[in-house]
Amino acid sequence: MTIIEKPWISVGRIEDIPPLGARRIETGFATIGLFRTASDEVFAIEDKCPHKGGPLSQGIVHDGCVTCPLHNMVISLKSGQAQGADTGEVRTFRLRLSGGEIQLSGEDLAAAANAAAVPA
Amino acid sequence: MQKLVVIGAGMASGRVLETLFEMDPAAYEVTLFNAEPRGNYNRIMLSPVLSGEKSYEEIVTHDDAWYARHDIACRFGEKVVSIDRANRIVRGEKGDVPYDKLIIATGSSPFIVPVEGRDLPGVVSYRDLDDTQAMITASGASGARAVVIGGGLLGLEAAAGLKLRGMDVTVLHLAGHLMERQLDEAAGHLLKRDLEKRGIEVLLKASTQKIVGTDRVEAVELADGKRLPADLVVMAVGIRPSAEIAKEAGLAVNRAIVVDAQMRTSDPHIHAVGECVEYNGTLFGLVAPLYEQAKVLAKCLLGDTDDFVVRELSTKLKVTGCDLFSAGDFAEGETREDIVLRDPGQGVYKRLVIENDRLIGAVMYGDTADSNWFFDLIKSREPIAAMRDTLIFGPAYQGGSPLDPMAAVAALPDDAEICGCNGVCKSKITSAITAKGLTSLDEVRAHTKASSSCGTCTGLVEQLMSLTLGDAFDPNAVKPMCGCTTLAHDDVRRLIKAKGLKTIPEVQQELQWSTPNGCAKCRPALNYYLVADWPDEYADDYQSRFINERVHANIQKDGTYSVVPRMWGGMTSAKELRAIADVCDKFDIPAVKCTGGQRIDMLGIRKEDLPAVWADLGKAGFVSGQAYAKGLRTVKTCVGTDWCRFGTQDSTGLGIRIEKFMWGSWTPAKLKMAVSGCPRNCAEATCKDIGIICVDSGFDIHFAGAAGLDIKGTEILGHVETEDEALEHVVALAQMYREQGHYLERIYKWAKRIGLDEIRRQIMDDHAMRKAYFDRFVFSQKFAQVDPWSERVSGKDKHEFQPIARLDFAEAAE
Repeated sequence: MTIIEKPWISVGRIEDIPPLGARRIETGFATIGLFRTASDEVFAIEDKCPHKGGPLSQGIVHDGCVTCPLHNMVISLKSGQAQGADTGEVRTFRLRLSGGEIQLSGEDLAAAANAAAVPA
Repeated sequence: MQKLVVIGAGMASGRVLETLFEMDPAAYEVTLFNAEPRGNYNRIMLSPVLSGEKSYEEIVTHDDAWYARHDIACRFGEKVVSIDRANRIVRGEKGDVPYDKLIIATGSSPFIVPVEGRDLPGVVSYRDLDDTQAMITASGASGARAVVIGGGLLGLEAAAGLKLRGMDVTVLHLAGHLMERQLDEAAGHLLKRDLEKRGIEVLLKASTQKIVGTDRVEAVELADGKRLPADLVVMAVGIRPSAEIAKEAGLAVNRAIVVDAQMRTSDPHIHAVGECVEYNGTLFGLVAPLYEQAKVLAKCLLGDTDDFVVRELSTKLKVTGCDLFSAGDFAEGETREDIVLRDPGQGVYKRLVIENDRLIGAVMYGDTADSNWFFDLIKSREPIAAMRDTLIFGPAYQGGSPLDPMAAVAALPDDAEICGCNGVCKSKITSAITAKGLTSLDEVRAHTKASSSCGTCTGLVEQLMSLTLGDAFDPNAVKPMCGCTTLAHDDVRRLIKAKGLKTIPEVQQELQWSTPNGCAKCRPALNYYLVADWPDEYADDYQSRFINERVHANIQKDGTYSVVPRMWGGMTSAKELRAIADVCDKFDIPAVKCTGGQRIDMLGIRKEDLPAVWADLGKAGFVSGQAYAKGLRTVKTCVGTDWCRFGTQDSTGLGIRIEKFMWGSWTPAKLKMAVSGCPRNCAEATCKDIGIICVDSGFDIHFAGAAGLDIKGTEILGHVETEDEALEHVVALAQMYREQGHYLERIYKWAKRIGLDEIRRQIMDDHAMRKAYFDRFVFSQKFAQVDPWSERVSGKDKHEFQPIARLDFAEAAE
């Protein structure tokens, strides 16, 4: 079981992500996609499409959504839910912006790490 | 269960079986003989197969699954030897089959003019798929010449198809004007003029004396001594009913098998249907009465009664762009009067024949929109005195009603026949639309069969759909490029140029996009249009590129990438191969594969490793192969005159020259090319987007091929003599496509939309235009020919390849 005690963990600055673009965060248990919208909102979701596991961070970002590069499933960055007629969801991570610094929720990271750990 | 044996799997017997199974699937156990080694297909659609507009698969009416579903014992490719009427047994080549009921549906065979040389190889008739295939094969050789004997429906459709296939075609016709049984002299003349405009030579009053040749056909000689060189001779002078088997069995046969109104022959256990029958002295060659016979026969087989009635027939020619229609009797006579409208400039001719205040015949050329209305007037025998003054202008001008193209369709009575092939009337279509909630033409075809045979009534069916569905149906509806806009690709491309729009946000703002930043469909399209239209001013929008084009490698299912360096013209060397081997070792690349485009693909590379892989490849002189791009991919070549004993030109050199000239250019969809050094075509240039076949006299330029989702041989753009000209033409063609293509539209689809003739006109004939296209391409290359790999090796878009952060266990848990 992973213990992540810090409430907010810095991962980088907003200007490190291109507008309408994405970057990845590698963790031991999962890859997380960090997305920046046209209006400079930032979202963090698991970098794994619910359809066939495509890397969402490589997709095209538009209107608070990303289109998966493998088979074009559209995922809401905010809710992690598949849009349109598709179903499925990805894990989302809360984050906050502190003077341009992006900080991820330690609680959410811990939850994801625990979920990824092999059950005892 | 009763045993039903059917001889002949053509359109008539096919319709009998369909109707039979629809009414009572369990009534008969069916055995079906067919001399052709296949089942029932839509024979009247052979012309579009010949011209290449349709494939054989598209015209199959009954496939294997259909026969299996109805438990039909198929004896395809087996001829029937005889009929033993006394014991009710059909003797096939491979065995006997007893019957309770027998249907003879042997159809007809082509009439072969009894001239010397008629048996030479290269002389074909035009009747079935094998004939069609033979004609397609013969048309493959460049500069091949065809002579079509017979200027009737079949002959002209054959001629038009062969011309579209690139042959030089001459039609020989015995009578004084074409299609003399369906057209009068004036309409025949207009038709001849139209065919000649398409480059088909028409010789009237031409009597074939003999066919000349030693091993195969070489020429046709006419009675007046004229000699026409020919590689293919098509006999299309007429058909004769195939009634031999019936005659040998002792059934009553005149010109064809004699039947009564229930399609019974002189033996009550034997029926006949289709082109092999004669009823009341009449023979049948068009599909509508055959389907009528089929319906009557199916009912009679189930014990119902129905009578076959001979109806008026109408004719249309299935040659795209030649609209003609004829119906009824249009011979001149003392008691007959004509109303004629001529507009030679527009190529319009209409003639109505009136006798005793009734319309008895109509011939129309050029504008056949009102033909069904006239055909109904002929069939209904309605007095026409009241509307005689305006009759020829059609239904829209009767009774002062406004000029509305819909009015004509709305005015048709419910029982008006819309689809002549399948005998579908107006009310059947409208009620199916309403009852089954049909909204597309395909659905209407599936449910009613209307417009599913020859397709000439498609316009009418669409009008009926508009009438029934109102605004919910729009046959010309523009397909918007995506959900963010109502504009189609064409509109967007036009407005980008017209309004001088130079960024994606500007396009979206100006053209009123409904979403703030578009979507994954429209953004890459807009980005391409702007790159293509403003090469020097527009800065490529990286975030509107699909991932492959953004990172210059191909994403794989597991999120790794594949890398394909350019190998110019498919040539490589020990040094290059060694560099690739070293890269594979160094980066632990799990898979290496030869691509179809004559180069090497390294698969399974981690994204972080891409810049380092490229750096090593770059040191060996490699640049990106753009195997990921909607742009120039490869130019495949053969070894040409360098090595090959058959090579006619330096195909390798030309391929490399083209690839070096065109690499880096973005196109609407991927662009794959090839250059073959001789017509043996080892580089497979004839299924490429653009291909060149070298010949002794120069270069044949091909384009619009496909070998993916669709398979399609190329079309010929034209012939040029020098390598420089070949390059200029190919580049101009690519630029025309770059400027007009819809995003993701391959060149063959673009060409179909624009029209081959128009493309040939602009690239082959209009020298100024070709030069302008060429110059614009060259200008755009100044900005496009930058190797994306070396750019990234030197640091461009560095962030793309590295994670923003690595959170290891310890740091997170700190």
